[in-house]
Amino acid sequence: MTALRPDLAVIAETIPTGARVLDVGCGDGALMAALRDSKGIDARGMEIDPVNVANAVTRGLAVVQGDADTDLADYPDDSFDYAVLSQTLQTTRRPDLVLDQLLRIGKQAFVSFPNFAQWKIRFAHMFGGRMPVTKQLPHRWYDTPNIHHVTIDDFKSFVEDRGYSIEGEWYLSGEKRRGAGLANLLAEHAVFLLKR
Amino acid sequence: MAQTMGEDGRFGLDRRTKLLGPVRLDSGVQFAPVEFAYETYGELNADKSNAILICHALTGDQYVASTHPVTGKPGWWTRLVGEGKPVDPSRHCIICINVLGSCMGSSGPASFDPGTGQPYAMDFPVITIADMVRAQAILLDHLGIERLACVIGGSMGGMQALTWASLFPDRVQSAIVIASTARHSAQNIAFHEVGRQAIMADPNWQGGNYYGSVDQPDAGLAVARMAAHITYLSEAGLTEKFGRQLQDRETKTFGFDADFQVESYLRYQGLSFVERFDANSYLYITRAMDYYDLAEEHGGVLAKAFQGTRTRFCLVSFDSDWLYPTIESKRIVQALNAAGAAASFVELSSPFGHDAFLLDAPEMNRIVDGFLKAGGL
Repeated sequence: MTALRPDLAVIAETIPTGARVLDVGCGDGALMAALRDSKGIDARGMEIDPVNVANAVTRGLAVVQGDADTDLADYPDDSFDYAVLSQTLQTTRRPDLVLDQLLRIGKQAFVSFPNFAQWKIRFAHMFGGRMPVTKQLPHRWYDTPNIHHVTIDDFKSFVEDRGYSIEGEWYLSGEKRRGAGLANLLAEHAVFLLKR
Repeated sequence: MAQTMGEDGRFGLDRRTKLLGPVRLDSGVQFAPVEFAYETYGELNADKSNAILICHALTGDQYVASTHPVTGKPGWWTRLVGEGKPVDPSRHCIICINVLGSCMGSSGPASFDPGTGQPYAMDFPVITIADMVRAQAILLDHLGIERLACVIGGSMGGMQALTWASLFPDRVQSAIVIASTARHSAQNIAFHEVGRQAIMADPNWQGGNYYGSVDQPDAGLAVARMAAHITYLSEAGLTEKFGRQLQDRETKTFGFDADFQVESYLRYQGLSFVERFDANSYLYITRAMDYYDLAEEHGGVLAKAFQGTRTRFCLVSFDSDWLYPTIESKRIVQALNAAGAAASFVELSSPFGHDAFLLDAPEMNRIVDGFLKAGGL
């Protein structure tokens, strides 16, 4: 099995055995498969791309095709212990409403995203004068699925404004985890665990 | 695929049996005895854990993977069922049963009423999808199959698969529901009513008592089929296949012949259909579909039909299907989510409309194959 993406590894480690998990934007189901194989968790997934859904189904995972912006409304309140939104928040039309849905469906929510304030991106923007194209954000301005770029500091104040609490935070540079110091400048990715 | 279970006459191709029943019908009638026509392919394994029930659609039959005795055409789902296919007789014990009310050997309006010695005709009781399923359960009891590893169906077959999971949750380990719905919409009912009225307006229908008569309601049944057939295709598919092309002529005839290819095609579909189908069966089965609303007996809450279910579900819809559009599959998924069921769902792209599930659909095959294998099948 290929190694889990670092943000997913954080989430997989933190979720306890026996938890009910909904992975929103689950891709081909890598996290769900890891949760099943390492913790016996029967997770559920939602994914927008039908080829990814088919791949996940052939892995024996329960994944439904759906759009986080519109289809989360279909899930009942409190139906999961954890709702996971990894690397998807920045692609949604209304991240604020999606976050509300996550914390309605799940008692807690994991949200991971690429940090748009990381120094390389700032540097590229400042000195290049162009929308940055980096390893973690490889798309050009016109074809990027990332329509709501967000920074770690933006996200923290956004969470606070919406009245949710941060239960855990993890920062990543490439494969490596790093401390919270200067995270908004130095971290490429962030993972937050939120609670109502 | 002439595999049979050794000397056990209950298994094999073109099986017929009459069972005492009775089937408790939704209408309140106790229907008995019940005739069944069915086929099985492959061997039931020692712990009877490899049984797969295939449910057929409105005008389908038990010949899912063997030659149709009337038309001589190959089985209707040989793209999915057969050696080396996702549903494979070398691994699975596959059962396909002609539904109650149909006309290929199971009890229906054309069968003989033991009380009168005459065909039932319109004295056959009105049946529902749940009645079809309860009848199938009686046959499975007879075959000694307690648990189905999977129930698979497209269109009306999908309605049966959902009903199986709802009525007999402990007997259904998994269900694959393709191009289907949990209820008939007003539009679905409307199209069926056009078909029924076409049949009943045919003077040869004779109040349903045309058996043994030279005059058969062929014209009415053909029109019913023509109207229904349009709903099985997509506009884009029709345009691509026929456009406005004329049939074997250079110019319009300024008459009412089949000038257009699409007219000729529909007429052919209608005429060939009457060769193999009974008009009264068409009335009864379309009625059963129109009465179908799985949520109805659960106070309108579909999720309650699946409360506490441990069945795994896989739903597939097609983007060009306007008979049972994706939104209907999503309603089912929503209910399954609410019931906490393990459900997968994908909308596939196809130009072929509702009929896509019967045609070449490699992605559908891949999903069915993966879903079954993931369930240990």
